Amino acid sequence: MARTIVNVPATARRGDIVTIKALVGHVMETGFRHGETGALIPRDIIRSFVCSYNGEEVFRAEFHPAVAANPLIEFSTIATQSGKLEFRWSGDNGFSAEASAAIAVE
Amino acid sequence: MKARLLLLLGAAAATAAAQAPAPERRSGYDFMARETRAMQDDDATNPGMLWVLDGEALWRAGAGASGKSCADCHGDAAKSMRGVAARFPGFDLSARKLVDLDQRINLCRAQKQKAPAFPPESRELLALSAYLGRQSRGLPIDIAVPEPAKPLLEAGRAAFRRRQGQLNLACAQCHDALAGEKLGGSPIPQAHPTGYPIYRLEWQGMGSLQRRLRNCMIGVRAEPYAYGAPEYVELEYYLMWRARGMKLETPAVRP
Repeated sequence: MARTIVNVPATARRGDIVTIKALVGHVMETGFRHGETGALIPRDIIRSFVCSYNGEEVFRAEFHPAVAANPLIEFSTIATQSGKLEFRWSGDNGFSAEASAAIAVE
Repeated sequence: MKARLLLLLGAAAATAAAQAPAPERRSGYDFMARETRAMQDDDATNPGMLWVLDGEALWRAGAGASGKSCADCHGDAAKSMRGVAARFPGFDLSARKLVDLDQRINLCRAQKQKAPAFPPESRELLALSAYLGRQSRGLPIDIAVPEPAKPLLEAGRAAFRRRQGQLNLACAQCHDALAGEKLGGSPIPQAHPTGYPIYRLEWQGMGSLQRRLRNCMIGVRAEPYAYGAPEYVELEYYLMWRARGMKLETPAVRP
């Protein structure tokens, strides 16, 4: 499975806006490039990214061929309760990656 | 009076062009945009960390006929490998030749692990060298020049000053004399290899110093050497020696 690096503050106060960073290793091959023999290199990109907070979807992104390799997504959410943030990337050729992080809300 | 002042200014410019003196040496980091610097500084956003994590897994994984892992001999890399990457390339006294970090990794694989060498620029080799480099982050580059290595250092220095390629340019013409100026809108850095292997945004991936040198050679329309060629290692040796005392930034991010 692809390597992921997620960064979520370990603790937050209820109602705080917290910044979340999620990085995933992926080549993001656009499908527009030609190889050395002139043949088109088939597209291989991540199509979607979803973050859920205690099972509730809080952020979603759609990816397209112009997104760079090893995409980094930074977004924010409101700390409502202690629990788990789950991250899921999925894409071409059955690509799938998952990560999770815990947050304690006081 | 005016003429004399101009003369003096001219002389000052000529001395500055010869080589940037030690206190004025600046890492390529200083020439980057604020956003790119922030990307490198935060382990959560530095894409090079993806390779470092791969390298950590490789460090612990058994390989080759011996089934031994790097950790079986070297233990905890945070202790045993601290400062090691800052001393490469180095002169191997037993083999009587200069080896860079990638070659040293492959020597260990061949001699101790009985495993096939990683190909140049392979994901595995970059991952291990990034992981080793990470253990020396923030430490000063410390290149030793024992007596038998002196001609090799001089060969590297000569290569840095030698005009080459169809454009007939030497490394020093841009990176000593014109450092800080612009080339096609991009700043020309002083060519201190402080953060290799680097994550280069243009490459959309990780690459070694040799890949970067190859890049410049193609840029001046010279024929690049094969990966691992002694000419590259000598140039790497000279560049690291030239950057001695500067802090290692591996894995660095460059535009």
